[in-house]
Amino acid sequence: MKTCLIVDDSRLIRKFSRQSMEALGFMVSEACDGQQAIQSCEAAMPDVILLDWNMPVMSGIEFLRVLRQTGHANQPKVVFCTTESDAAHIQAAIEAGADEYVMKPFDHDTLHMKLQLVGVA
Amino acid sequence: MQVSLASERLLAELLRARTGQELPDNRRWRIGTALSGLCREYGIDSIDQLVAMFSPTRQSVLARQMVEALLNNETYFFRDRALFDHLVGHVLPTLAETRAESRTLTIWSVGCSTGQEALTLAMLFASQEARWAGWTISILGTDVSGSVIEIARKGCYTPFQIQRGLAMGEMMRWFEETPQGWRVRERLRRMIRFEEHNLLDPLPALPGGQMPTFDIVLCRNVLLYFDAATRERAFARVASALAPDGWLMLGAGETTLGLTDRLSPERGAPGFFRHAKPAKPRRAAVAPAAIA
Ligand SMILES: C[S@@+](CC[C@H](N)C(=O)[O-])C[C@H]1O[C@@H](n2cnc3c(N)ncnc32)[C@H](O)[C@@H]1O
Repeated sequence: MKTCLIVDDSRLIRKFSRQSMEALGFMVSEACDGQQAIQSCEAAMPDVILLDWNMPVMSGIEFLRVLRQTGHANQPKVVFCTTESDAAHIQAAIEAGADEYVMKPFDHDTLHMKLQLVGVA
Repeated sequence: MQVSLASERLLAELLRARTGQELPDNRRWRIGTALSGLCREYGIDSIDQLVAMFSPTRQSVLARQMVEALLNNETYFFRDRALFDHLVGHVLPTLAETRAESRTLTIWSVGCSTGQEALTLAMLFASQEARWAGWTISILGTDVSGSVIEIARKGCYTPFQIQRGLAMGEMMRWFEETPQGWRVRERLRRMIRFEEHNLLDPLPALPGGQMPTFDIVLCRNVLLYFDAATRERAFARVASALAPDGWLMLGAGETTLGLTDRLSPERGAPGFFRHAKPAKPRRAAVAPAAIA
């Protein structure tokens, strides 16, 4: 079974994303910020990470830079899921090593399509 | 919003007369939602009042607005991606050979809505820049609704419209952020012309007087609400606009079967149709020898 880590400080978003990902057959775990996400990845690297941008303690982009610098062989696919919708943010995400980018609010079909594009669904 | 039976009938009749689209009883619940915005615009609180303002004898702005509001304009980039993969993998390479002399390709997106389908095609060509260098690629997008054509011509989309179908890299590659929204880049726009047109009417003739023909015609998710007779008329129009060796591309799950014998499915390529080969003449029955 493929695994997914949802990183978002909103409980509501985590719940929505969890339902979506479970419907697609993923085993889901959650983190509320970048730091928790690092701990989670150290314990077990997921196949895909849904990543919010603005979070307390450690933002999504900071987490992504750390993750990509670890040189871990099994790098997960990372899909940003954020309200930021301007070119500068998308460009920064690409440069930090994001695989896809979803703007909130999104629906199940959009998320599914993005996961297909990165090759995990 | 409550709608009287008389208003429902009038609206369904208006929609059929102007577009060929049916509004069967089981889809009439849509009327309330579809026209609520228009009621607000006119400062009116019931659809019956809105319908009462309309006079069937005039080509009124209101009639047009009501029809356009009732049309389903749902579309997105790379809808049914597998069909576009087939286009790139099989159809375009064939056309690259058969049209090598004229170096011209003409494509018609029928019922193009806000333009995403025509733009998807333009993206395919622009991403194979080297192969199509020196070619003239003309994509015509038409729709019966003037308001969607206006949007298509502007070429500005919200991030949400773009992310329905496009990858992050494609978004950055084909759009630029402007104060009006994300705008399609010029290199795609210059391949496409958008025109208001009812597919049940003939296309305007070319300046030389001859009728336009197309190497590829896309008519996807448009015929769903036509009745069988109207669908047949639509297919006849499409067939006469399709080059003898051209391709028709329908939506996933749509077919010509049982509706026209001029077009037949391409084997092994769901969604693609070609001119039917003329049936082989049956061998003449041998006349019984006359008995002397
Ligand atoms: C559901 S959209 C499909 C858009 C696009 N082809 C796609 O598949 O994504 C159908 C479009 O067909 C248009 N349409 C309906 N009747 C038409 C007619 N008689 N002639 C031309 N366009 C028509 C509608 O206005 C609408 O924009």
